Amino acid sequence: MAILEVRDLEVCYGVIQAIKGISFEVNQGEIIALIGANGAGKTTTLQTITGLIPAKAGKIIYNGTDITKTPGYKLVSMGIAHVPEGRRVFAEMTVLQNLRMGAYTRKDKAEVDETLKSIYQRFPRLEERKNQPAGTLSGGEQQMLAMGRALMSRPKLMLMDEPSMGLSPIYVNEIFDIIKEIHKSGTTVLLVEQNAKKALSIADKAYVLETGRIVLSGDAREMMDNEQVKKAYLSE
Amino acid sequence: MSFLSYFISGVSLGAVYAIIALGYTMVYGIARMLNFAHGDVIMVGSFVIFTVVSTFGLNPLIGIAAGVLACTLLGVTVERIAYRPLREATSLAVLITAIGVSYFLQNVALLIFGSNAHQFTSVVSLPNLVLAGGNLIISSTAIVTIISCIIIMIALTAFINRTKIGQAMLAVSEDRGAASLMGIDVNKTIAVTFAIGSALAAIAGALLCSAYPSLTPYTGSMPGIKAFTAAVFGGIGSIPGALIGGIVLGVIENLSKAYISSQLSDAIVFAVLIIVLLVRPTGILGRKINEKV
Repeated sequence: MAILEVRDLEVCYGVIQAIKGISFEVNQGEIIALIGANGAGKTTTLQTITGLIPAKAGKIIYNGTDITKTPGYKLVSMGIAHVPEGRRVFAEMTVLQNLRMGAYTRKDKAEVDETLKSIYQRFPRLEERKNQPAGTLSGGEQQMLAMGRALMSRPKLMLMDEPSMGLSPIYVNEIFDIIKEIHKSGTTVLLVEQNAKKALSIADKAYVLETGRIVLSGDAREMMDNEQVKKAYLSE
Repeated sequence: MSFLSYFISGVSLGAVYAIIALGYTMVYGIARMLNFAHGDVIMVGSFVIFTVVSTFGLNPLIGIAAGVLACTLLGVTVERIAYRPLREATSLAVLITAIGVSYFLQNVALLIFGSNAHQFTSVVSLPNLVLAGGNLIISSTAIVTIISCIIIMIALTAFINRTKIGQAMLAVSEDRGAASLMGIDVNKTIAVTFAIGSALAAIAGALLCSAYPSLTPYTGSMPGIKAFTAAVFGGIGSIPGALIGGIVLGVIENLSKAYISSQLSDAIVFAVLIIVLLVRPTGILGRKINEKV
């Protein structure tokens, strides 16, 4: 069953059309990867889904509900979490305050503390640094914080935008392991990555975006063997 | 002794500036706009208190409550009607709108109350504090003003650090988009900020007019500009900055009046501001503002 369905979506920045009518689906329990070069429209797609940018045309359907015009902040309590590009942690707030912000829409205080505990288990470094301002963390730690913060809302669907950007190879592997774990514990993942090789290695299905259009879609493993994809995105 | 007396009344004046500056600094920090109509909200609050106390003859505390209520509603309404539609507009458009709101409020007050000065009855009816055998007299208004300022600062800091909506305000001030991804209703958070700033403006109006009882439709504009100066001086966006900026400004102004020239005092205040901004462009406690892409 499709948890998220994007249909003929178009997005404009002023007169420039960034997304030129794309359609794709994310099924319950899958990891879907959107890959493509810089400027292809990957981030714009995610930001439109979570209401940071308005759609010009098309529909976004989540769990059978049309959310195209739903204000972004309402989506969190509906079960969508978005780990934005560049992590965007609240630099002057502490790690703990950042995590608590992730649970902003939850009212079940005792259960929030349980979630917090489970996040500390998954990211022990965050617990060590819980009283430190988030701006003092390293890039990899900030990425973990951004993911932990998103998990605090206990999402059904998690959108992740370039989680490996700017990280050292060791951290990249660690982040991808964490994404696999998050997926295993029952969260559906829509992943946007420039690191196509890594993204395809964990995804079920993938879509290739080029200048606002989906030019290729299919099984992630098959795509790794696709000559076109190899040449454009997997060259070492 | 006279120095001490000038100093204390300077601190008291500065405390009023600090309370007003909070409104500027919070709105700037959270909504990223300069609300130049804030000074006129003080004037509206003062007229509401004046009407309740002097025209209807009710208790000053009821007057202050009415002023706070009226200003809160006014702040939220102005934000909803005039500023919210411009959320994605250029900052210049918002600034001009704020100046328009300022003139609008002044002219509405002019229509209702006329341009003649009204005598504001002090909301403080306690005896003055006489110290050192009558050599040092501290007005009760000054004491109440300073205490009010301290209470407001403590309460506001606790509100921001301890409550969910306070934390949401911090988050919105750092990154509006990321805050919305947390499920925070940014518009509601900005409305709450305007409500708090405007409620404080009413309190500032009551204290200001108790010390300087002549009330006209233009009463708010000069203290408004001074408080804005104080906010910039302390570091706009910073709450402790508003306190420090306000007090420093009030003391400089009063001491200049006493020892240099009462006509030049404003010029001296602004000269100090210019010097501070040349040395520290972000103000005393200001943080570096990172332009976000």
